[in-house]
Amino acid sequence: MSDRVAIVGIAQSKFSARRPEVNYAEMGYEVIEQVLNNTGLEMQKDIDNSISCSHDIWDGQTISDIGITDVIGGHLRNEEKVAMDGTNMVLYGAIGILSGEFECSLLMAHTKMSQTNRNIVNNDAFDPIYTRILGFDYTSAAALQAKRYMYKYGITQEQCAKVVSKNLANARLNPSAHNMGEYSVGDVLSSPVVASPIHELEIAPDTDGAVAMILASEKKAKEITDNPVWILGFSNCYDAHYLGDRDLADYMSLQKAAQKAYNMAGIKNPRREIDVVELCDAFSYQELLWSEGLGLCGQGEGGRLLDSGATALKGKIPVNPSGGLLSGVPENVAGLNRAAEAYLQVKGEAGEHQVGNVRIAVAQGHSGFCGQHHCVLVLGKE
Amino acid sequence: MTKDKAYEPFEVDQRMVAHSNYWAGEMGSRFYITLRDKKKILGVRCTKCNKTFWPPRTTCVFCFSKLDELVEIGPYGTLETFTLVTYSEPVHPRKAPFVYGIVKLDGADTGMAHFIDEVDFNKVHIGMRVKPVFAKEKKGNILDIQYFKPI
Ligand SMILES: [Zn+2]
Repeated sequence: MSDRVAIVGIAQSKFSARRPEVNYAEMGYEVIEQVLNNTGLEMQKDIDNSISCSHDIWDGQTISDIGITDVIGGHLRNEEKVAMDGTNMVLYGAIGILSGEFECSLLMAHTKMSQTNRNIVNNDAFDPIYTRILGFDYTSAAALQAKRYMYKYGITQEQCAKVVSKNLANARLNPSAHNMGEYSVGDVLSSPVVASPIHELEIAPDTDGAVAMILASEKKAKEITDNPVWILGFSNCYDAHYLGDRDLADYMSLQKAAQKAYNMAGIKNPRREIDVVELCDAFSYQELLWSEGLGLCGQGEGGRLLDSGATALKGKIPVNPSGGLLSGVPENVAGLNRAAEAYLQVKGEAGEHQVGNVRIAVAQGHSGFCGQHHCVLVLGKE
Repeated sequence: MTKDKAYEPFEVDQRMVAHSNYWAGEMGSRFYITLRDKKKILGVRCTKCNKTFWPPRTTCVFCFSKLDELVEIGPYGTLETFTLVTYSEPVHPRKAPFVYGIVKLDGADTGMAHFIDEVDFNKVHIGMRVKPVFAKEKKGNILDIQYFKPI
C-alpha cells in the first residue's frame, strides 16, 4: 500500500474554439501519447488503471467513455469515467492508489463544446419536476448568484470585470490558452449584457480540448522521476440542488472541501502557506467568490483581495496565472487543467506564467450550476 | 500540434428527441394538484428544525426526518435575487428579454426560481415584494404559476 500519491506527468491540448479535424478519440490520443512520451511509460506495461472524465449529454452518448475506450486502454483493464469535473478524477485516482489496488493510473478529460449548444446541454442539469421547464442554464443561474453576491457584499461590476482583465492578460503568457488580450474594465463592461449582471466577456468561451495526467504510488513515482509533485490533500463536498435552497452568495461546500483538504495537507494558514491557486472562473465573479471559499480572504472580501493586487501574476497569492477558464478551457476538462497548471507551477515548469518558487499550489474544481459541488486539491514539492 | 491535414473534416449530424413524463412523487403530486385545483402553493414543514421547504420534499435536509406536514405558503413573497436575460433558446418558454428571480414566499425558508413580469426592467430590485399570477389555462407543471409580479 502506498502512503503517498504523486503526479508524474501531464499533457495538455492547445485549447481551441473548434477542433473540426479530430474526433474525441483522436483529441484524447494526442495528450495520452504525449504524456506517455514525457514520462517514458508504456500503456501495456506500466499503466494499471485508466480514468476518464467527460459528460454524457455533452458527448451525446450515454457512458460517454465509449468514445475513447481504445485510446485510454479501457479494453485492457479497469476503466472508470468520472462524470463530474476533472478535479474529481484526481481525487478518485489518488484513492485507488492509496488503497493499494493500483500503482500507476492514466487520467484523461475531454470535451468538445463546439459540437452542441451549451445552454441546452446545461438545462438538463436542472430537476425535471420543478425547474427545467423554466429554461434555466448555467449562465442564467450564475447571473442569479452573481447578483446575490454583489448585493450582499457590495462587490462591484468593476471588480468582476477586473478578473477578466487580469486573467486574459495572464493568458497571453500561456501557450495552451486561446482566449486572451488586453482588456480594460471599460472594455469588459461595454461588451453586451448576456444575463445581468454578467457581460459576454465575463463568460468562459466554448472550447475544445483534452488534458492527460499520470498518477503513481510513491514507489513507482520515484522510479519514474526525481522530482514528482505530491498530492498532499484532497476533498470534495456537495451542497443542496435547488436554486432556492441555499443563499447563493455563500459557499458552504467549497469551504468544507477546502478545510478538509488543508487539514490533510497540514495547512493551518492558507493565506500564508499557499503560493498559487488555479480555480474555476467559469464566470468572472466566481474567482472572487471561490477565493473567499478557499480562505484566501474573509467572507465578502473577494473584491478587495483582487483590488489589493494579491492575486495578480506577481502578487502574494497569484490566482489563475494561466488565465483560468476565461482563457478558454472546456467544461469537464476544467478541473484537470487546474490540477495540471498547479503541477506545472510546483515543478517550476509553467514557463512565462510561472509565478516564482512554488512550494504549495491549490487547484479547485466545481460542477453543477452555481458551484453546487466543489473539489479541492493541494499539491506540493515535499 | 495542430497540423495541416490533407482531408476535408466531415461532420455527422445528430438530433436526439425524447418526450419524457416524470411522476412527481407524493409531495410533488399533492403540490401540483393543489396548485391546479385551488391556486394554492404548498411547502413542507420540519417541526423538529422549525423550517419550511419549497419545493415540498419527503426528507429534511438538515435532520433527515421524514416529512409529511404540508402547509400553505405565500402567495406573497420577497425577491432574493434576479437577472435580466437577453438571449433566447429553444428551451425557454418565453422570448427574451425576460427576468428570472428567486422568490422567498412568506412562511418558507427556501426560495422558488421563476419568472418576474409586469414590471419595468429598471425597477426590479432585491427585496421587492411580489405575488404570483396563476395561468388561466392549466398545463400541470410549474408554469401553472405563470410568473410573479410586484404587489
Ligand atoms: Zn429537520
